[in-house]
Amino acid sequence: MTLLPLIAKGATLRRRGKVLIGPVDLRLEGQGITAVIGPNGAGKTSLLKMLHGIVRLNGGSVTWNCPMAEAQERQAFVFQQPVMMRRSVLDNVAYPLRLIGVSRGEARARAMDWVERIGLSAAAERSATVLSGGERQKLALARALIRKPEVLFLDEPCASLDGRATREIEALLQEAAADGTRLVMSTHNLGQATRLATEIILVARGQIQEHQPAAAFFAGPNTDEGRAFLRGDIIE
Amino acid sequence: MSELWEGIAQAFWLVVTLDSDLVEITLRSLRVTLTALVVASLIALPLAAVLAVRRFRLRRATIAVLNALMGLPPVVVGLVVYILLSRSGPFGVFGLLFTPTAMIIAQVIIIVPLIASIAHQSLRELWSDYHDLLISLHTTQAQRIKTLLWDGRRALLTAALAGFGRAIGEVGAIMVVGGNIDHHTRVLTTAIALETGKGAFALALGLGFVLIGLAVAVNLCIHWLGQTERTGRW
Repeated sequence: MTLLPLIAKGATLRRRGKVLIGPVDLRLEGQGITAVIGPNGAGKTSLLKMLHGIVRLNGGSVTWNCPMAEAQERQAFVFQQPVMMRRSVLDNVAYPLRLIGVSRGEARARAMDWVERIGLSAAAERSATVLSGGERQKLALARALIRKPEVLFLDEPCASLDGRATREIEALLQEAAADGTRLVMSTHNLGQATRLATEIILVARGQIQEHQPAAAFFAGPNTDEGRAFLRGDIIE
Repeated sequence: MSELWEGIAQAFWLVVTLDSDLVEITLRSLRVTLTALVVASLIALPLAAVLAVRRFRLRRATIAVLNALMGLPPVVVGLVVYILLSRSGPFGVFGLLFTPTAMIIAQVIIIVPLIASIAHQSLRELWSDYHDLLISLHTTQAQRIKTLLWDGRRALLTAALAGFGRAIGEVGAIMVVGGNIDHHTRVLTTAIALETGKGAFALALGLGFVLIGLAVAVNLCIHWLGQTERTGRW
């Protein structure tokens, strides 16, 4: 049974009485990369966390095409500030496999493939906490992809990275999408959304303003917020 | 001042000649304290991890009590353990009073709150770093606790060393429950107290220097064994 479609119905997230995002009605399915765009503080991160299921909803529902416990095992999340465990690079990447009972030897062997793929084999046994920002993000991506998730959420995966690191991350994302992983990523980099996205979700003021194919969105948004965002206007 | 030099000389002489009494007392001190440390760590470290990870109704109260118990007066602990283990006490049937086991029990009670409190501080910080990742990986409580204990092992070693330091230098409780019986429950600290009482300051100082040397040696040894990162490699 496939994991998608993901269906959100009236999903709402509040903190201290303030609505962070919602009510959200959304249906995600198919293949490709969905870019969640919008100004800072619009609710992009909250939307991703809500869909991934790591925050408790205050209203509405988010359902997958399979039981929730199974759905949670088949998706992954990469945070804007990647969490580096106090372990070697190799053991960081192997960690999700160890959680599902893969033996240490096999987990490390499979992790090594990923470590080589992200160009960190020379640092495989070094502490992950001393990696640069770009290397951390690549490690976090490898750690998220090692269990072959069907859906991967990424929160600003290239924020504050230099051009080279951004290019490497984007190449990994495109490979993952080509391998069949459905990507949902937040970004406020319109260039990145143009390069990668097949679908756009525009979030502003805690609401989804637009949800349509990337080509259609960039050709002509349907809303004032969309047009303003593309023009580079400030949206409050 | 001459007593200090005499003490140093006597300590040197006791160590160099491997004085049989000193060796016996030192080994007993180590056995009692290290056993107490292992038992206390097995209780305190998982407790600290549970307190860091789980949210339950009496969590704050438990942390407050643990912190308060760090200052538990050893003599009072000794007294309570004495009453519990004495012939008329609830555990008198086991005949543990005035044995090394009674000393271990008293030391465990004294150092569990200390190790748990220090470990909890470290694990709480680690949990705040790891929280989002471990939640997003849908880990179980047991996996979270295991991960925190493993990744926080260097900080936990410091907590354990603090417990060792407190236990090896403890005298009040083990004097009460051990009785300072020669060749049976006499350890370095109780021997120092005895020699001081007898006015043999040089020997007491000598034993004191041996105790300090032992504490430093064990600390260095545990640090070396627990070194997880060597020249930047893991």
